[in-house]
Amino acid sequence: MSFGAPLLEVSGLVVRYGAIAAVRGVDLSVAEGEIASIVGPNGAGKTSLLSAAAGIVTPAQGKIAFAGKPLSGLVLEDVVARGIALVPEGRHIFASLTVMENLLLGATVRRDGAVPDDIDRYFSMFPILAERRRQPAGQLSGGEQQQLAIARALLSRPRFLMLDEPSLGLAPTIVDQVYAVLRAISGQGVTILLVEQNAERVFGVANRVYVMSGGEFVLSGAATEIRGDPRFDAAYFGVGMHAAGWATSGR
Amino acid sequence: MERLVQILVDAVSVGSLYALTALGIGLIFGVMRLINFAQGELITFAAYTLLALFGLPVPVMIFGAMVVAVALAVFTERAAFRPLRNADPTTLLISSFAVSFFLQKLLILAVGSRLKGLDFLPALGHEVELGGIRLQLLQIVTIVVGVVVLIALTWFLKATRLGLHMRAAAEDFRMARVLGVRANSVIAMAFALSGILAATVSCLIVVQTGVVQPRMGLQLVIIAFVGTVIGGLGSLSGAALGGFLVGAGSILLQASLPPELRAFREAFVFIAVALVLLFRPQGLIPARGLRERF
Repeated sequence: MSFGAPLLEVSGLVVRYGAIAAVRGVDLSVAEGEIASIVGPNGAGKTSLLSAAAGIVTPAQGKIAFAGKPLSGLVLEDVVARGIALVPEGRHIFASLTVMENLLLGATVRRDGAVPDDIDRYFSMFPILAERRRQPAGQLSGGEQQQLAIARALLSRPRFLMLDEPSLGLAPTIVDQVYAVLRAISGQGVTILLVEQNAERVFGVANRVYVMSGGEFVLSGAATEIRGDPRFDAAYFGVGMHAAGWATSGR
Repeated sequence: MERLVQILVDAVSVGSLYALTALGIGLIFGVMRLINFAQGELITFAAYTLLALFGLPVPVMIFGAMVVAVALAVFTERAAFRPLRNADPTTLLISSFAVSFFLQKLLILAVGSRLKGLDFLPALGHEVELGGIRLQLLQIVTIVVGVVVLIALTWFLKATRLGLHMRAAAEDFRMARVLGVRANSVIAMAFALSGILAATVSCLIVVQTGVVQPRMGLQLVIIAFVGTVIGGLGSLSGAALGGFLVGAGSILLQASLPPELRAFREAFVFIAVALVLLFRPQGLIPARGLRERF
């Protein structure tokens, strides 16, 4: 498969929390139209990388450009207006607000009149949200909240959607649904960057996979290659990867 | 019977006054995690505006008080609190004391610390008869104003776009910003609303006491703050309820305590507060998702 020009370009990214470097010099390029995925164990720096791309944390070093323009210097609330949406780890729905209010907040940056139509579209995609539109979102189950978080992110009409562990804590059948939705969204032309601990899930949907460990990419390539790569397990679990020199291979 | 109704009406009216004050504190805490003791100076400055405009038509005086309180609220946010937005709550609390003292001393410097009489809306001091019971008009007006402001604020928060943004920001500020909610607008709006609430309280309290003095606001705010803690910091309905209970409770205590104990009614209020905090440390109506601001 071939994809368009790079939409998100990250180079030499370092993210620090005090003395701790969570991301230690990462280069990443996500092409328009593809589904890229970052997998890796807990604490690998995946969430920090997404947070930097979403404008939540300021990088200590490195550059992030979106559609050819740098993201640095933007305040957090301006990032979404550029076409970047985030479904954060833990979903972060507004529990005391209704389902409908959560969706309306997703369209905060839009000034066009098509928001109600879009909401109707997501209601037919996620019928449970339509049924519960007047209920506080905190009353939804985990899977329903994940659907709400995805619909809310899409209501900004993003070009680029980032999802942080969308399958976390969900039953396998619900995860199937979530992934089916991601494929559908991708089919509509939205570029996706997906972060998961659950690597098996990712192979079924992603075009390109990056394995992250200790704040660095230790392995990357087309999903089909990485899946069969004997180095994958070692890279994922961080077994002797530096000794074997894998940190720079496979790119 | 008449005496009982009079006491209840008095309790509800004082409760409304504290509920409005507590709401002002609760609004700011909700979006900023700041306990703004300078809310008291908004009340004081609004009262001195009434004094300065005395003689002009009453609507002009009230409008002037509103404008001054809102402008001062928005100005203190810009000048004192915005630079500290990512500071921890302790720093914010201390800076709110600093702002409060600064404004209070500024006022004393300008007009002196002496109490000044202000005969604002004397007609409200008259008594009216409702169903054979004589009540002070001011108490009824205070209750009506409290209810109207509460309804208007609820409508604003529930039915407007900015109100929705404020509720979202109060629950999860960072996520609201990720979705494009503008932090500056939400916070400025919360301060402006707290200014309107302060001016409202100020007008009512000036009619009630007939005097203005530089410390009048802070005394109110400290009691109202206790109310927001009882109600549940960060929850607006909690703030309104807590403020109401503290105000109404102190009047009921005043009426029911034997005369030799009345001087200690505040002590009884604080005992009640201690009990609430012992058994419901989150307050009567706990706030959801008290996350860190971003």
